[in-house]
Amino acid sequence: MNWEAFWLTVRLAAIVSALLIVIGIPIAYWLTYSRWRWKFLVEAAVALPIVLPPTVLGFYVLVALGSRSPLGRWWESLTGHTLAFTFEGLVIGSLLYSLPFAVQPFAASFGAVDTSLLRASASLGHSPLQTFWRIVLPLSKAGLVTGFALSFAHTLGEFGVVLIVGGNIPGITRTISIDIYDQVQTANYSSANQTALVLLVISFVVLSIVYGLHRRAWAVGPWR
Amino acid sequence: MAVNTAPAPPSLPQSISSELEVRIRKRFSNPEGSFHLNVHFRALAGFTILFGASGAGKTTLLDCIAGLTDPDDGRIAVGGEYLYDWEKKQNVAAWKRRIGYVHQDLALFPHMTAGENVAYGLRAFSAAERQTRSREILEVFRIGHLRDRRPAQISGGERQRVALARALVTEPRALLLDEPLAALDRPTKSSLVDDLRRWNQQHRVPILFVTHNGEEVFALGDEVIVLDAGRIVAQGRPHEVMRAPRLETVAQLSGFENIFNTTVLALHEDRGTMTCQLGDGKVELETPLVRAEVGSRLRVGVRAGDLLLATKKPQGLSARNVLPGTIQRLEQKDVIISAMVDCGGTEFEVHLTLAARDALQLGSGKSVWVVVKTHSCHLMGA
Repeated sequence: MNWEAFWLTVRLAAIVSALLIVIGIPIAYWLTYSRWRWKFLVEAAVALPIVLPPTVLGFYVLVALGSRSPLGRWWESLTGHTLAFTFEGLVIGSLLYSLPFAVQPFAASFGAVDTSLLRASASLGHSPLQTFWRIVLPLSKAGLVTGFALSFAHTLGEFGVVLIVGGNIPGITRTISIDIYDQVQTANYSSANQTALVLLVISFVVLSIVYGLHRRAWAVGPWR
Repeated sequence: MAVNTAPAPPSLPQSISSELEVRIRKRFSNPEGSFHLNVHFRALAGFTILFGASGAGKTTLLDCIAGLTDPDDGRIAVGGEYLYDWEKKQNVAAWKRRIGYVHQDLALFPHMTAGENVAYGLRAFSAAERQTRSREILEVFRIGHLRDRRPAQISGGERQRVALARALVTEPRALLLDEPLAALDRPTKSSLVDDLRRWNQQHRVPILFVTHNGEEVFALGDEVIVLDAGRIVAQGRPHEVMRAPRLETVAQLSGFENIFNTTVLALHEDRGTMTCQLGDGKVELETPLVRAEVGSRLRVGVRAGDLLLATKKPQGLSARNVLPGTIQRLEQKDVIISAMVDCGGTEFEVHLTLAARDALQLGSGKSVWVVVKTHSCHLMGA
């Protein structure tokens, strides 16, 4: 069991899913309430990582982070090194990769809030943003937890994007799934099995939390 | 010595400054098709009933006033301030309008206690002030003891009180109530109406109250506006509009089960009555005198509950119309028996109690007499 790879992966997943709460909520808010006619294009773009081969996504992220792209150059002038093959680069790649797993549960739970509550809130003198903060968010706790958990679990198990964007640098970009791959390549099956089992158990626990939250009795939250 | 001669600011009576004026057009749809809401009215402080069948545009109208939907054009003003003015491209956002709105589905916030729900609209006040004000209004509506309960934990009538208190505590400039009493039993309803009246005696704001229940019109209304397919078809004091409906839509809504075509046969100005022929048949009816000529065609409405049935021809009655007929069929509606009686080609609907049916041994085919008081006949233009 490669604990270095394990903790690196957990750190990556925690940072990515926490950042996705911050980034995902405004995107989901916009997707839920916007009446822009081309909104479906944005919806499709957000969902793209679900169907795209991770290698394709990883390739474009690598290009975008490289020293030939404006973003890569800007980062280089700021920090003195490129984003590619760094932990920060992994975070950016994983953010894109797991975006739909956060945004979709967020948007679904925002959309499920009864519009009559939003109308009542407006009549009681609250702006749309205040209403979002005091009515929509508290009533969407289950969706927020789901989005956090799914993006955490999804980041935990990613392989293609990590390999392309991060390479395989121990302690910096080597995650568990790459570690498993390495062990299998060197015919180290018992160690691969251990690591795989840990990943399996964690993923199962996370999904149990998600489905537990969506039991009928907990429609609003277990604290009711 | 300087004497402050500046007059105190004039305290204008609220009834002048809080007038609600609405003049809007708006296209809306209901299951029967697409309609144009096209209304113009003023509502003074006090209750104004919006009366009409479902789909008449009542809720669309309230949504426009609350700012939850935009009219196609026109203007809306409260207390002289424009909330919406199409010409000046002015449209105050719903949350800045200070219009209280209680919808039939109440929309209490499920994650807040009754107290938190009520305090929600007091955002502008300090925490202490929020506490005091929400406590006060909860007492006025007699729900102080429910302050810490969630909406899911209280009864329907109590939820209704919380929803009203939540809207009223913000001291809105006008109040829109969309059938807020629809789901309540009668005693709960009347005690809530009393509380609402008491509140309004102090605050004096225009209250638009939507209902399609005729009783509520009489119980509450200072003024009633009848809406049909998006238009105002009658407006006035409840007894004028409802008791002597000049319009058939009003009649049907206010419970005239019997509406017939009549032709005026003779006027008896000395007695204040006239004789009318019912339909094409031979049946004659004495009705109150209205401004009409012999030969004019009118409509007459009679409530089924105002009619009597007799199995023998009654003698010594003050009622002027005693019509022979035959029972066609009896239907039971809840605890009321509805008898359809054919009187020389005109079919009357008569409401009876179960006991009356049994005592008179009524059944289809039985010969009866229908008794109609002159003043139970309400005439309206055809």
